[in-house]
Amino acid sequence: MTTATAPFPRIRSRTVGRTTLRWVGIMGLLSFLVAPMVPLFIWSISFRWFYPDILPSEYSARAWEQVISPTNNVIGATGQTTLIALLCTVLSVLLGVPAGRALGLHNFKGKRIVEVLILAPIIVPGLAVVLGIDTMFIRYGLSGNILGVTLVHLVPTLPYMTLVMSGVYANYDVDYELQARSLGARRWATQRYVTLPAVFPGVVVGALFTFLISWSQYVLTLLIGDGQVETLPILLFNFARSEPAIAGALSVVFILPGILVLLLSSKYLSGDSAAVGGIGNI
Amino acid sequence: MTQVTLSGLTKIFDQKNPPAVDNLDLEIESGKLTALLGPSGCGKTTTMKMIAGLLRPTSGDILFDGDSILSIKPEERGAVMVFQNYLLFPYMTIADNIGFGLKMRKVNKKEIKSRVQDMLDLVQLPGFEERKPNQLSGGQQQRIALARALIVQPNVLLLDEPLSNLDAHLRDEMRVLIRRIQTEMGITTVFVTHDQEEAVVLADKVALLFDGRLQQFDAPDSFYDTPNTVEIATFFGGTNFIPGYYLDGTITTDIGVFDAPHSLVPEGNAVLSIRPEAVDLGEGGENSVSGTVLSHVYAGRYARFQIRIGDIEIEAVTEPGQVKLFADGDNIPVKFDPDKIWVLGTDTEKHPSAAYTG
Repeated sequence: MTTATAPFPRIRSRTVGRTTLRWVGIMGLLSFLVAPMVPLFIWSISFRWFYPDILPSEYSARAWEQVISPTNNVIGATGQTTLIALLCTVLSVLLGVPAGRALGLHNFKGKRIVEVLILAPIIVPGLAVVLGIDTMFIRYGLSGNILGVTLVHLVPTLPYMTLVMSGVYANYDVDYELQARSLGARRWATQRYVTLPAVFPGVVVGALFTFLISWSQYVLTLLIGDGQVETLPILLFNFARSEPAIAGALSVVFILPGILVLLLSSKYLSGDSAAVGGIGNI
Repeated sequence: MTQVTLSGLTKIFDQKNPPAVDNLDLEIESGKLTALLGPSGCGKTTTMKMIAGLLRPTSGDILFDGDSILSIKPEERGAVMVFQNYLLFPYMTIADNIGFGLKMRKVNKKEIKSRVQDMLDLVQLPGFEERKPNQLSGGQQQRIALARALIVQPNVLLLDEPLSNLDAHLRDEMRVLIRRIQTEMGITTVFVTHDQEEAVVLADKVALLFDGRLQQFDAPDSFYDTPNTVEIATFFGGTNFIPGYYLDGTITTDIGVFDAPHSLVPEGNAVLSIRPEAVDLGEGGENSVSGTVLSHVYAGRYARFQIRIGDIEIEAVTEPGQVKLFADGDNIPVKFDPDKIWVLGTDTEKHPSAAYTG
């Protein structure tokens, strides 16, 4: 009996060790991700908070009232930020998926150069790029409106979309499409029933990146928006110096979609997903 | 049933390289099982993809029952290809995989369901409807891939290396299944293989390709008995080649003169070819010469001898009982049966790898 049961405690202790490790990992991650938000939240409900107090001496809902109040246009800015981020996401999916397909599946002359050029907006500082773009946009009436801001947001987002999709397509066997055609599927039906389900996780990851990068743009929006387009980061920056409590409340609003989107799409972000592999190219 | 004709079919991928398929003429009979045989990289799969409409030929034509189908899209050709790695759509159930072709043809759901069941019965996997491809073994996936192609009742069925990913036992089973279904449904079937045994066992007719060019298109046994070239004879396994000069039914070689009524060349430089199992050891008389036993191997069902005759070494395969009759170093008579000698042209300079191997 004793010999038969001997292996069990050992196995159990190993499992215990693994769960402990997992919990340590989760706590560590939480403290990195959530802990910085705690002071922001405290700021947003504080009225008096001076050194050396650990917590504010007086609390107030004033900051949140300001956030909701129409005078500060927080709700309007949130709507505008969302609209721009969504438009930018749609455009970058429409452009980035075919571009990623071309890079992932085909070999053509100058492919290396195209890859470097696609990376360029990530490498070159946004400020330098946008100063050049600005003069063009003013000429074509794209300065100071949502369309212009959306287009300029493609500069930092499209590379991510394209590279994620090129990684996905590099792992995709095009013979699946030939098989579908051979079985009687037309071009569009093949894309809809065969290709799209295969690359969908990549599209989700790419769209997520695009949305979040666009959502948090400051410099590009400031320059191209020309003060006319008011997004959350612009608003946040205005309050950051003068009104730390309101800035704290705004930051909480600002961070929420990121966490929401991340939770909703977490299943596509697992480590062995091809979509994540594509990011390795960056 | 559809007859497939390839006429001057050529595919050039890259101008720097020789054509993948070079001026291929082939008449694939209606309702028969035809093998495209050749070493890897000889253009078999390329040919198949062109028939399926998945690759555009550089030049030449493909005809189904006499009509060119080059302008017809792959989804309308009715030539369905089954890929070597099955390519079952991973996120669909087995039922959705098999029913895919019918769904694309807008067949109603009820009919799809019943025909999927018929197909699962046909490939002997009933009750697999709700499984996912990754829950199936390789052999099962292969059968589902076959069912998915057959359900659309193709005019032409194209199988790319259908047996190569299976282990020996499954291969036999699959071979029988393919043959049975093909005979039952009478579908014109073309399959690609690099294994000459597979081609011979399964096919009604074999097209042998080297470097994108058709070498011989014949019934399977012709490749053993009457190969067109030394290279083909070599591809089909051990044959002895002895160079000589052919004239009026006899071939004169360095080791003697032999009667040889069966010849490809009318007159001139030629190669005597004889298979190891056709060499008779220990028999004298007409068409025999004297040789020395160099070595022998006993292999259970047969015995293999290396014999030196003059400056030439040949191989002979005999019944196991004969092993004890001859010892290494013995001088024995070696007879070549005239009916089993096949005289070939000397094209060996082009293919030095095939030159006079035992």
